[in-house]
Amino acid sequence: MLSSTAKNLYWMGRYLQRAKSTARLIEATQRMALQSRGEEAAGVAAIFGMEDEFRQTQEQGGRLASLIDFLVLDERNPSSIVSSIAAARSNAREERNNITVDVWESLNALWLELSTRLRSDRATLDRGALIESVKKQAVMIFGAAQVTLLRDEAYHFLQLGAFLERGDNTARILDVKFHLLRPDGNPNAGGLDFFAWSEVLACIGAVRTYRRIYRSALDPAKVAELMILRRDVPRSVHHCLWMVDLNMRELADVYGTHGEADRLAGELHTRLRYARVDKIFQIGLAKFLGGVRDDIATLSDEIGRQFLLD
Amino acid sequence: MAAKAFDEMNSGTPGSGTGDSVRAPYRGVANWLARTSPERVAATRHEVDLFYRRHGITFGAYGAVDGHETTIPFDIIPRVIAWDEWEYLYKGLVQRVQALNAFLADAYGAREICRAGVIPESQILMNAEFVAMAQGLALPGGVHAHIAGIDLVRVGEKDFYVLEDNVRTPSGVSYVLENREVMMRLAPELFSAMRVLPVANYSEELLATLRSVSFSDDAEPNVVLLTPGHFNSAYFEHAFLADEMGIELCEGADLFVDEGRVYMRTPRGPQRVDVIYRRVDDAFLDPLAMRPDSFLGVAGLLGALRAGRVNIVNALGNGVADDKSTYTYVPEMIRFYLGEEPILSNVPTWRCDRPGDFKYVLEHLPELVVKEVHGSGGKGMLVGPTSSKAEIEAFAGFVRARPDNYIAQPTLALSTCPTFVGQGVAPRHVDLRPFVLSGRKVTIIPGGLTRVALKEGSLVVNSSQGGGTKDTWVLAPEAGTGG
Repeated sequence: MLSSTAKNLYWMGRYLQRAKSTARLIEATQRMALQSRGEEAAGVAAIFGMEDEFRQTQEQGGRLASLIDFLVLDERNPSSIVSSIAAARSNAREERNNITVDVWESLNALWLELSTRLRSDRATLDRGALIESVKKQAVMIFGAAQVTLLRDEAYHFLQLGAFLERGDNTARILDVKFHLLRPDGNPNAGGLDFFAWSEVLACIGAVRTYRRIYRSALDPAKVAELMILRRDVPRSVHHCLWMVDLNMRELADVYGTHGEADRLAGELHTRLRYARVDKIFQIGLAKFLGGVRDDIATLSDEIGRQFLLD
Repeated sequence: MAAKAFDEMNSGTPGSGTGDSVRAPYRGVANWLARTSPERVAATRHEVDLFYRRHGITFGAYGAVDGHETTIPFDIIPRVIAWDEWEYLYKGLVQRVQALNAFLADAYGAREICRAGVIPESQILMNAEFVAMAQGLALPGGVHAHIAGIDLVRVGEKDFYVLEDNVRTPSGVSYVLENREVMMRLAPELFSAMRVLPVANYSEELLATLRSVSFSDDAEPNVVLLTPGHFNSAYFEHAFLADEMGIELCEGADLFVDEGRVYMRTPRGPQRVDVIYRRVDDAFLDPLAMRPDSFLGVAGLLGALRAGRVNIVNALGNGVADDKSTYTYVPEMIRFYLGEEPILSNVPTWRCDRPGDFKYVLEHLPELVVKEVHGSGGKGMLVGPTSSKAEIEAFAGFVRARPDNYIAQPTLALSTCPTFVGQGVAPRHVDLRPFVLSGRKVTIIPGGLTRVALKEGSLVVNSSQGGGTKDTWVLAPEAGTGG
C-alpha cells in the first residue's frame, strides 16, 4: 500500500468525523438557543477557536444564524461541514480502488445531496434537514466501513483518523463548555443549570447514556467522568484513545516496526485508562484536557512522520 | 457522399432461408427488439444512466463543486460480430501490431527499414514524437507497443479498414468491461439466446503482459499504474484497471528514484518498482529528461529505464508509429518485417506533403476527410461532405499553410447499427477499437470498444464530440465450425 493511500484514508476518517461532530454540536446548540438566554453563539465560537472572528461578525450585526452558516455551509471555511464532506469525498475518490463500493457510494451520495442542497437559494435552504442528513449518513458511511472493509492497513489508517478526530472533539467541547459554566474550574460551586449540562452531553449524543450509567441527577463531575474516562462510552476521550492505541498496535504488527507514534499512543491511552476524575479536578480540568489535546496533535504529527505520510 | 452505409443488422440477403433481411449474427437481437415493449426499453435506459452515475463511472471535469460530472451515453443494443468475422480481424490485428512493434524496435535501433529504402529516415527522425532518449534501448521481448488500440471501420459485408493505430496510451477498455457488466444486468435474456464470448479476463491478461516485460527475473515483479491524477478525464479508467489488477495506483509523487532504481513510498518504507504501466504522456514522464515544468512525472525515471532497472509501458516515443503520416507506411512495414501481405487494409490516404497528393486534395476537399497528422479526439478535422463552403474554404487555408501537417482520406460510409434514439430505433454509424496486448505473447480479448455517433448522419464517434458506446459481442463458434 502506498503512503499516499494511508494519508488519504487517515484524512478521510478525520474529515468525515469532523463533519459529524460539527453537525451534532450545532444541533445541540440550536436546541439550547430555543429555550434559553442566547449566549450559545459565543460558546460555539469558542469551541471552534473562533472567538475573534465571531466578535467581528457580531460587531457587524452577526448572530448565531450567521455563525452557523459559517460552520455548516461556508466553502471558504476549510472545517465547515460542506468543506469537510467535500474533502473526505475527494480523499475517498482518490482511493476508489482501496475502499469498497458500499463505502464509496454512501459517501458519494452524501456529497451529491449536499451539492444539490447548496444549489438552492440560501433563504429557503433547510439547514436542519441538511444537518440531520449529514449526521445520519455519516453513521451509515462508518457503518459501511465497519461491515465491508478488509481489515488491512488501509482500514487501520481510516480508524486512526476517525478516532483521533473524535477524541479531540470531545475533549474540546468539554473544555470550552466547562469553562463557560464553571469559570473557576470547581465542579461543585454554583447552582446547577440542568439545561446547560444536558446540552453538554447532547453535543456528544450522550444524555440517555448518562441516565443509564448513573441513574442520578446531572452532576458536573459525573458529566466530565463520562466524557473523559468511561471506556464504554464510544465518544469518550478514553474510548477514542483506546481505539487509537489498538489500531497503532495492529499497524505495528503488520509492519513489524515501532516508533515514537506507537509510544505516544500507548502513553496517552494509559494516562486515560488510569486517571480518576477527582484527581483530574485537583490538577485542573483545563490543564488536563489541554495536555491531552496537545499530545493528540503531536501524535498526529508523529503518525505522519513515522508512516511517510507527509 | 459515396455509397449507402452498410447496415450491420439489416443488410442480409432476402431469401437466404430466413425470410427477411436480418443478418445471421443479429437474429437474436432482432427477435429481442421485436418482443420488447418501448416502455421496458425506456425504463432500462433510465436504469443504465443511474447505474453509471451511482458508480461514479464518469468522464470529464472531475471534482467539480457543483457535481457536474458527465457519463458517456451507453446504448443498450449490442453490436454483434460473428465468429468467422472475428477470426479474420484477430489475424489481421496480430499481424499489424507485430509489424508496428518490429518497426518501433527498428526505429529506435538500426533503422534497417530506412537502409532498405522503404521509409525515409526523416519520417522517423524529423517526427515531433521522436524521443532521442529512447534510441538504442533493448526492451524486454523487444516490445514497444504493449497495449495497442486499433481503430477499425466496416464498409461492407467483408470490408474492414484500419482507420488509425493507437500505440501511445490508448484508453476506453474500462468501458468494454463495464458495458458488459451493465448488459448482463439489464438484458440477461439476450445472453441466454446467444453465445457471447466473455471479456472479463482482460485485466488478468493485462497484468500477465505487464509482468512478462519486467527487466528483473522476479517471479512476481512489482507493477504499478502511473496516473496524471484524479483531474484527468480518464482517471476512472486508471483506478478501475489498478483495482481489477490489484496493483498500486500511483501519482508521480508516490514514486522516487534512488541509485538508479524506482521505488514507491509506503508506510513500511520504500518498495521497489519493476514495471510502470503509465497513463502519463511522454513529455511529462521525467522533469529531468523531458519537460522540466512537469509535476506529473518522476525525476530520474528515464535514467532508471536506460539502466535497465524499470520498464515503462507503453514505451517512450511510440508516437513515431501511430501518427497519421506514418500510418500510410504500415502495409509496407508488414511486408518488410513479416514477409506477409497485409490482412487488414489501410484507408487510401493522400499525404499533403506530396505535391501530387496536395493538388488532388485541394481540388477534392468537398468529398474528402482531412485530418491533422498528430490530431486526435475528432478535433482539427474536416469532413468535406457535411461541411459548408465557408468551412471548406477556411480549412483549405490551413492545408496550404502547412501541407505536411495534413492527410486526407475518402469519406467512408461507416457501417451502421440499430441504436436507441429519441423516437425508437434507428441506424447510427459505428467504429470498433479492439485492444491488442503484446508481451512475451500477443493476446486480444474477443471484442473491443464500439463507439457510435449518436447524431443522425454524423461520422464522428469520439466521446468528446457527442459519441456514445455499445457493448460489443463476439459470438462463439457454432458447434462443428471449429475455432
